[in-house]
Amino acid sequence: MINRRDFMRLAAVGGGAVFVSGLGRPVLAAGGAGTTAPGYDEFFFVQLSDMHWGYQGPANPDAANTLKKAVATVNALEIQPDFIIFTGDLTHTTDDPKERRTRLAGFREIVSELKVKNVRYIPGEHDASLDNGAAYKEFFGQTHYSFDHKGVHFVVVDNVSDPGASIGEAQLDWLKADLAKQGKDAPIVVFTHRPLFDLAPKWDWATRDGAKAIALLMPYQNLTVFYGHIHQEHHHKTGHIAHHSAKSLIFPLPAPGSQDKRTPLAWDPAMPGLGFREVEAEVKEAHYKITEFPVTKA
Amino acid sequence: MAEATKQRADKERVIKIVAQRFSYTPNEIVLKKGQTVILEFTSLDFVHGLKIPDLDIRVDLPPGKITKVRITPEKAGVYDFLCDNFCGAGHEEMGGHIIARD
Repeated sequence: MINRRDFMRLAAVGGGAVFVSGLGRPVLAAGGAGTTAPGYDEFFFVQLSDMHWGYQGPANPDAANTLKKAVATVNALEIQPDFIIFTGDLTHTTDDPKERRTRLAGFREIVSELKVKNVRYIPGEHDASLDNGAAYKEFFGQTHYSFDHKGVHFVVVDNVSDPGASIGEAQLDWLKADLAKQGKDAPIVVFTHRPLFDLAPKWDWATRDGAKAIALLMPYQNLTVFYGHIHQEHHHKTGHIAHHSAKSLIFPLPAPGSQDKRTPLAWDPAMPGLGFREVEAEVKEAHYKITEFPVTKA
Repeated sequence: MAEATKQRADKERVIKIVAQRFSYTPNEIVLKKGQTVILEFTSLDFVHGLKIPDLDIRVDLPPGKITKVRITPEKAGVYDFLCDNFCGAGHEEMGGHIIARD
């Protein structure tokens, strides 16, 4: 397992590291009261987001290559993660159901080159909003689900299959029941596509019933949210819950409120606004150490 | 009372707006603060959404019917409106401004 010195060297190469602290409270992990998770103090996962495979346009003239470069960059990481998750907008939207499936297939083929085979996916509105997730499900399965990994409970919330960006009562009921199986101090990570809170309602950077979801999350003291949609790194807290959005792998978007419309920023071949992150999950402390990486490999 | 209501309704300005992928036409509405205006939306091709965050208004705009939204911006300023039902490539550009002047 990586030691702290190696981690700091990685962070320097990556060009940006953010230390994110959880509550700092000791966590009783999956083994039950008074025990610790069997041998697991920490592990890494990688989050990539908003690939928009199929996009063509001036915001990224190299769109046909960016995802492939990102795969190569992840494959070149000194520390390969336990798993990789893509937090939505795998493909760029199209009205044509056939083309939608072609893009989903193309995306899947490219990311099949990842060395790590434990790969998870969630949809974005570009993948799922025009057909309520039908095509996405054919390729990647359920749009909301949960799984456990080395003492951390991961939950995927779908706030895109409804074009109105609602999670919906049925899924909220599922979320409540799923979380209820966890202790209030359990380390929990939620992955979703859109921000659950009202980050920028004028730009549709919100979830219509996100407040209901956050209310369900609040009883859990060691819960962190990772999401995408806004094509930039952003960190926010709702009470004790931290929400971290990821950069995209297609084109950066402006900071909330910085311009009238949320149109893409001008293309820079050095791709400073694109990237992905590696997250070191420190299980016992429920800390998530985030290291942001640029896309560097050809 | 009914007569006063009718007189008040007669004075309210009606602005017809067409919603279609990916625009509202017109997309800039100018009025005086405190003035009541009825926005009459017709959607041509999709159940577009209409959201005016700063007026706490949101409705669906089903095609084939006129959806009326009454607004009375009390303060001078610019009130953004947008489509909040994802309608395809270009959805992110679908919006406009209500400008309330002193």
